[in-house]
Amino acid sequence: MITLNGQECESTKTLNALLEKYGYRREVIAVEINGVIIKKEDYDTQAVNDGDVIEIVHFMGGGAPEDKLVLGGHEFTSRFILGSGKYSLELIKAAVENAGAQIITLALRRARGGETANILDYIPKNVTLLPNTSGARNADEAVRIARLARETGCGDFVKIEAIRDTKYLLPDNYETLKATEILAKEGFVVMPYMYPDLNFARDLQNAGAACVMPLGSPIGTNKGLCTKEFIKILIDEIDLPVIVDAGIGRPSQACEAMEMGAAAVMANTAIATAGDVSAMAGAFRKAIEAGREAYLAGMGGIVEGGARASSPLTGFLRD
Amino acid sequence: MTEKCDHMKYMDGMEVIPSDMLDEVISAMNAYDYERCSERDVKEALSKDVLTPNDFGALLSPAAAPFLEDMAQRAMNETRKHFGNSIAMFTPLYIANYCENYCIYCGFNCHNKIRRARLTEEEIEREMAEISKTGLEEILILTGESRKMSDVDYIASACAAAKKYFNVVGVEVYPMNSDEYAKLHKSGADFVTVFQETYNSDKYETLHLEGHKRIFPYRFYAQERAILGGMRGVGFAALLGLDDFRKDAFATGMHAYLLQKKYPHAEIAFSCPRLRPIINNDKINPKDVHEPQLLQVVCAYRIFMPFASITISTRESERFRDNVIKIAATKISAGVDVGIGGHSGNKKGDEQFEISDGRNVDEVFKAIERQGLQPVMSDYIYV
Repeated sequence: MITLNGQECESTKTLNALLEKYGYRREVIAVEINGVIIKKEDYDTQAVNDGDVIEIVHFMGGGAPEDKLVLGGHEFTSRFILGSGKYSLELIKAAVENAGAQIITLALRRARGGETANILDYIPKNVTLLPNTSGARNADEAVRIARLARETGCGDFVKIEAIRDTKYLLPDNYETLKATEILAKEGFVVMPYMYPDLNFARDLQNAGAACVMPLGSPIGTNKGLCTKEFIKILIDEIDLPVIVDAGIGRPSQACEAMEMGAAAVMANTAIATAGDVSAMAGAFRKAIEAGREAYLAGMGGIVEGGARASSPLTGFLRD
Repeated sequence: MTEKCDHMKYMDGMEVIPSDMLDEVISAMNAYDYERCSERDVKEALSKDVLTPNDFGALLSPAAAPFLEDMAQRAMNETRKHFGNSIAMFTPLYIANYCENYCIYCGFNCHNKIRRARLTEEEIEREMAEISKTGLEEILILTGESRKMSDVDYIASACAAAKKYFNVVGVEVYPMNSDEYAKLHKSGADFVTVFQETYNSDKYETLHLEGHKRIFPYRFYAQERAILGGMRGVGFAALLGLDDFRKDAFATGMHAYLLQKKYPHAEIAFSCPRLRPIINNDKINPKDVHEPQLLQVVCAYRIFMPFASITISTRESERFRDNVIKIAATKISAGVDVGIGGHSGNKKGDEQFEISDGRNVDEVFKAIERQGLQPVMSDYIYV
């Protein structure tokens, strides 16, 4: 047995045989045996002995680990969650594709029977469905909708919306917490829509939520990050992904949320009401990606210069 | 000397609480490589509203030294934002100096030949009555670490007595179990300070040769047990100069950060002691932690946790203390006697270390005012 790149495997007699066996392209690799680098011209003659520790490396792009959004153990590369309300079924497919979205929210409605067109027929198969509990006025109704949604066979994800205010559609944090506690225990991946309050976000975290979804501004208003300072507090203090939901009206606002360190952005109205739905979906995608990249790159500092010539506060110091 | 015990293993009777904070702090400290922090990292940290642990590490690094004035400016702004112009005043009251620990840098260590004493309840009250005449309303009760000579009931009765003379009572005594902290809390104490001294457990083991204090994890979890016992706030410190001060300051900040994160209601306090000479050893000194490094640590604590109380000890000079309350410290001791019985003119026991600033309450009060700040005796109202 030898150890190849950290894994035990069957030995071969020569290095040449080993490279052949595992299909390595010798022109693009480097080989190290027991800490000694082997010259390329020696690959054919180099012996492999039982117990050797062999490292074979090659180049890959970047070197940064892949940046993924993790929700309830599921990984996503897209950080754009698309809402599916307020537009025609025909537009959905193009919007999802242009958005590059891997998660799309859905509302559950009573089936009348005999319908031919169902939204599920228009959503690409590899997209994760996120049923919301829209219409729920309290925890009990939200729990009931979530359980029904799971029965339709679209997975364990649920976005909790518990709203008892029809004018502004602001979430009811208290009812949302109760529903989160129940559904998390039942194995749902719970994504609660919430008013950005730190204590409440901590309660959601303790209740088993997979993320928190604070609103940027009242839903449908396209006003952007009115709650910016409070969302920032959640990003700084909460260990869960913070997904900005509601009120994001422009790609620049989505970008700003991502630059701040939001894990993802959810948008619906801004896309559904655009002149060209699928083009706007693409614009949001680019904005969200740009914001994420800027966040990962580390924003430029605004402190000027290096050391100061005068030291009004530190002039008193002695060694 | 008896066989040294395993410093990572709890002794009988020591409460074990379910927590992994120790591992989190130690692994963060081990991963912290301050030589790799760049000027860029420091600038980035200073440009943020809320700092991450990495930013805090950058501010503690050598790369931040040229930015000390910037750090002081930022720290001053944060301090004034969170505390206004107020500076809290208090004094420590040492009620006993018996100690079962052998900590080689401490004047109270059990092998150091000093006068030992323990105040009776009457003597404690006499000391408190004298201190309260100065106008102070906050007191910190200290003992050497001897469960035998200063048992929990003894400390609890001192807390109860203190509540008669003072508004705010804190304790800085040996680490206890949560039910014992609950007892002190019931007797009137609201704040617990425990210095970890160093977070490097290998180094810790070589400095704390005997006694309960030798048990590193039991000491580490003292603050958490205090909160579980109902205390309002907890204080943290590394004794700067014992080991690598940057790593120790980083671990101290991480310890406080994680505790506050787990118990968001807990009030957080830092002390920033440097080594001082002791009786029978005047060679002990703060090593590589000079005043600029000390100020860097204090400012980094302030900028990382702007809401924390920071105490500046009489280990430091009058000049340093008067300046640092302008920048980052929010609590200052006055009229300090680190021996036993000195406040009422009846000194029975020797001092823990040599203090540097011996000013009385009145002098410190006036010095605070001269800085344009406002001395505050207590800002708590108990309901």
